[in-house]
Amino acid sequence: MARPKGATALRPLRGRDPLGLRRALAGWLLPALVGAMALLAALAIAGAAGAGRLAERWEQAAAGQVIVQVPPAQAEAALARLRALPGVAEATVVAEDRLRALLAPWLGEVPGLPLPVMIELRLVERAEEAALREAAAAIPGAQVERRGEAVTQALRVAEGVRGLAFVLLGIIAAVAVALVAVATRAGLAARRETIEILHELGARDADIAGRFAARLALLCAAGALGGLAVALPALWLLAEAAIPVALSRPAAASDLPWAALALLPPAAAGIGWLTARLAVGAWLRRLP
Amino acid sequence: MVRFSGVGLCYPEGGGAWALQGLDFLLPEGSFTWLLGPSGAGKTSVLGLMHLRLRPSIGRIEVLGHDPAGLPRAQLPALRRRIGVVFQDYRLLPHLSAFENVALPLRIQGVTEARLRADVTEMLRWVGLAERAEAAPAALSGGEQQRLALARAVIARPALLVADEPTGNLDATQARRVLSLLRELHRLGTTVVVATHSEALPEEYPAPALRLEGGRLLRHG
Repeated sequence: MARPKGATALRPLRGRDPLGLRRALAGWLLPALVGAMALLAALAIAGAAGAGRLAERWEQAAAGQVIVQVPPAQAEAALARLRALPGVAEATVVAEDRLRALLAPWLGEVPGLPLPVMIELRLVERAEEAALREAAAAIPGAQVERRGEAVTQALRVAEGVRGLAFVLLGIIAAVAVALVAVATRAGLAARRETIEILHELGARDADIAGRFAARLALLCAAGALGGLAVALPALWLLAEAAIPVALSRPAAASDLPWAALALLPPAAAGIGWLTARLAVGAWLRRLP
Repeated sequence: MVRFSGVGLCYPEGGGAWALQGLDFLLPEGSFTWLLGPSGAGKTSVLGLMHLRLRPSIGRIEVLGHDPAGLPRAQLPALRRRIGVVFQDYRLLPHLSAFENVALPLRIQGVTEARLRADVTEMLRWVGLAERAEAAPAALSGGEQQRLALARAVIARPALLVADEPTGNLDATQARRVLSLLRELHRLGTTVVVATHSEALPEEYPAPALRLEGGRLLRHG
């Protein structure tokens, strides 16, 4: 079909704002709500990452410590055998005084009570637990006990926190989609006649929907950036506060999930773009 | 070329009454045709079918060599861009200046900014609105808005121009000016269809006419 000189076939609808969307989709309500969603999402992401990291560190710390309980008669031979194992970095006998002091709250002072010898092992990283158990089995009366029960419970809690965070992220995304859909519908209502005119003048559905999508993507990205700006100082403070339980000093900034947090504005823009595009596209298909 | 074959139109919201019935006619390429009839005769509906705002309930239409019902949806915008429309109520975009309103069809076609600026400026001069380029439609008089609507309809040099009462709100001098613009376009090869309830205009500018009454074609020629 003929077209005027200077025209290009597939160039999208040009012009500053032919749909008047800067006015029809103005105001701070949508960016503010998306910002609040982004703030919650940032907290959820940081919570999930933090829980995962803490669990990992607790697990590592627990993996390095094992108690082997042996009869007093076997103490010296067991200590020598355990020290000889390649995965053992350090093996020490828990002093009897310390052992009695630990038991005192439950048993009281019972001087005549025979106690087993407790050998505390610190394992090197990646030590093979199977080899340790095999060695312990060769010592008559020996029992191996990991300091893992409490950690296992803590790991379960951490996994729960992570799962909850992902559910929360899903809910936040769904609410964001609903918000954008409502805003798009308001924009369509405000610019219904303009859209019909553009449609009748030959604007492609994709161009009109693209205009809406671009505007809503911009609003969502701006809102998410704002939410992130509020979230970051709070997350920094939380990470600083978590240092004592993080079991390692370089927490705070280095522990924040920067990559995931940086994805929030593009993700918000993507949600805005896709939701608006689909909603406007569906609306336009009703036109002849 | 525009061809209507057994066309009828029934608005669903109109309680099932037929707005148009049994329309058969052919408007040759490059023709100038008056669409005559009293208010409510169906002139706007016929024009709506011609510029693809409406689809016939029965029958078949052909516009510029295409049956819109047989075209994929993705190809309809390109066909629409070859049709210029002067709406009875102008349908100018209130948030755009006069310049931007006229530029709209060119922007939709993706014309470059430099080329667009020259064409729109020339078109505004042609319709006598060069001095009002930055004015909002609401700041223009009825006659100026009508000429602006005409400028927007013809800026992309359409192959078919349909105009619904383009002189309806104009005094005699301005009406003559608009009609001379339409005839100039016709002279340049555009197929022009002008709906009017005025009997004086066709007498002043004799041309083939379709006469409608009650949604039926009374006379063709």
